[in-house]
Amino acid sequence: MRQPPRRAADYGPIAFPAVMLLLFFAVPFGLMIAVSFFQRIEGGFYEPAFVWSNYARFLSVFFGRVLSFSMMLAAGVAVVSVALAFPFTYLLTRLRRRTQVLWLVFLLSVLSLSEVIIGFAWATLLSANAGISNLLVMVGLLDAPTSLSPSLGAVLTGIVYQAFPYTVLVLYPALSRLDPTLTEAARTLGASPLNSFFTVVVPALRNTIVATLIMVFVFALGCYLLPQLLGRPQHWTLSVLITDQALFQANMPFAAAMAVFLVLVSLGLVGLSLLVGKKENAA
Amino acid sequence: MEKNSSLGGLRVSRRSVLAGGAAVAGLMAAPSVLRAAETLKVGVYGGYFKDSFDKHIFPDFTKATGIAVESVAEPTGDAWLVQLEQAARANQAPADVSMIAQVGMLKGINAKLWTALDLAKLPNAAAVLPHLLNKYPDGKVAGVGAVSWYITLVSNTKAIPEAPTSWAALWDEKRKDQLGLMALVSNSFLLEVTAATFFGGTKHLDTEAGQLDCFKKLSELRKNVKLWYRDEAQFEAALKAGEVPMGEYYHDVTGLAVADGHPVRSTFPKEGGITDSGSWAVSRASKKSEQAHVFINYMCQPSIQALLSRKVGTAPTIDRKKTDLTDAEFAGVSSDIAPIIPRYDLYLSKADWLNQKWTELIVG
Repeated sequence: MRQPPRRAADYGPIAFPAVMLLLFFAVPFGLMIAVSFFQRIEGGFYEPAFVWSNYARFLSVFFGRVLSFSMMLAAGVAVVSVALAFPFTYLLTRLRRRTQVLWLVFLLSVLSLSEVIIGFAWATLLSANAGISNLLVMVGLLDAPTSLSPSLGAVLTGIVYQAFPYTVLVLYPALSRLDPTLTEAARTLGASPLNSFFTVVVPALRNTIVATLIMVFVFALGCYLLPQLLGRPQHWTLSVLITDQALFQANMPFAAAMAVFLVLVSLGLVGLSLLVGKKENAA
Repeated sequence: MEKNSSLGGLRVSRRSVLAGGAAVAGLMAAPSVLRAAETLKVGVYGGYFKDSFDKHIFPDFTKATGIAVESVAEPTGDAWLVQLEQAARANQAPADVSMIAQVGMLKGINAKLWTALDLAKLPNAAAVLPHLLNKYPDGKVAGVGAVSWYITLVSNTKAIPEAPTSWAALWDEKRKDQLGLMALVSNSFLLEVTAATFFGGTKHLDTEAGQLDCFKKLSELRKNVKLWYRDEAQFEAALKAGEVPMGEYYHDVTGLAVADGHPVRSTFPKEGGITDSGSWAVSRASKKSEQAHVFINYMCQPSIQALLSRKVGTAPTIDRKKTDLTDAEFAGVSSDIAPIIPRYDLYLSKADWLNQKWTELIVG
């Protein structure tokens, strides 16, 4: 039996990751919070100060709309990704080991593509000249090739494409550890494969699904390139506007304030969903 | 005559460069430091611009002066300015000399980002057109005109057989969901275009009421726009393919696309193309001021300005009569129609207000 840590030295193994986390996450985040209170100098940069004006500018109907669109988009991406990746990963774990490894290597290689390449590739695939609508015309489903980008669907497709490998990789360990006797028991009792999937596999992994949804949601919230390449201005997320302020308007304090706000809201949402999940489990 | 005087100037500066290098070497007593000190990092726009400079400009410069150049690809817009300023606060210079567009130049002046340049070490800069010398309020020189360029009305010749003649073509109902325009108020200059096309000139932007007139007129344009782009490559690809058959783009790069046989054209509308220019400026964190002066002086030579027009497609920053450009060559990079000059002053004094109005306009 492993003993719980008692002395300070017992915490030794986690000291290194703790220091790294502090150094590369907590300190930069603290700096960002500090900058969000700095004074913007119009036509220049910024100087240290303690003002609330950056947050005040954010509190408007306009930014409220952009924020809620970003949240809805991220939620949509999370739901679609998990809805696609969950059955896919389930079927994957039923395959032979070798085939599984091949699939996982393929998905990992998708991760090596940059967001720019993904964006341009989808823009081409969804264009009227070279895109998939030409295929639809060939098989007679469409009269003339149309351009499917920029649009909300294009943005959603692009981000789901990018998030899919992550989703599979997060779901994979839990699904491959799932005891196969559970579904076998359901099958012997007369459940169809589809029935046993929805009544046994999905409920057994409810917590994993919620955790994955949250992870993909947070991942999608940070997307700033694909909405620009595949969307119209009304599909730009808050991250796009943050980039605009930081890189193009040289307004670091406002960008930092928006970023802090985005982090707080997403932390709040994640906390809320965990809380709801806990209550449901207890009931 | 020009050439001799410029060579004379070079010799003097080169000697001082060597002296500076020797002093550094003496201090550090390491020969590798001397070589490092001789490498000048020059920031130019990434992609086609940087490739052309690497091919046609920098090797000859190194041959003429002994100063090696390491070119750094910089992003357009204010992104590079932000990086330079952040780095300068940490006393770092990602590039010693950078090509900076005018809005960025002025913001850098406000932040005192640029090293004051010594005109005595830049004899060739005397030929640079006066409005292309950027100065601090106290008269010190912060930047020297590097190249000028035009943003014009571009279109795909297959999708739009007849060349447009006016910026008003953007507002044409036939262009519904067909335009590609730049996504930022401070690089698209569409407020100026609107003022020049519908309100008799950019003077109309003097007042807030005038600015609001232009915003209102611009909002009629929204339904025609398919792509608000930040990434030039995205628009260029879409224009060549006819996916986005009309829009605003750089005259120089469009000319190259025409030369490559793509079905595109660049039109100087009757209201004029938008002129903008890049200046050479030296980061205050740079320790290579001497070499930077040599470089800027070299770039101001008429022969180099002509070379830039021929190879990069930019308009010269000196009087064209001082260059050996033919009429045809000059017409390829410029136009006799008086240009629309951006209201740079507005992007400083009302930067945040304009940005907010603009974002609300296009996001809707």
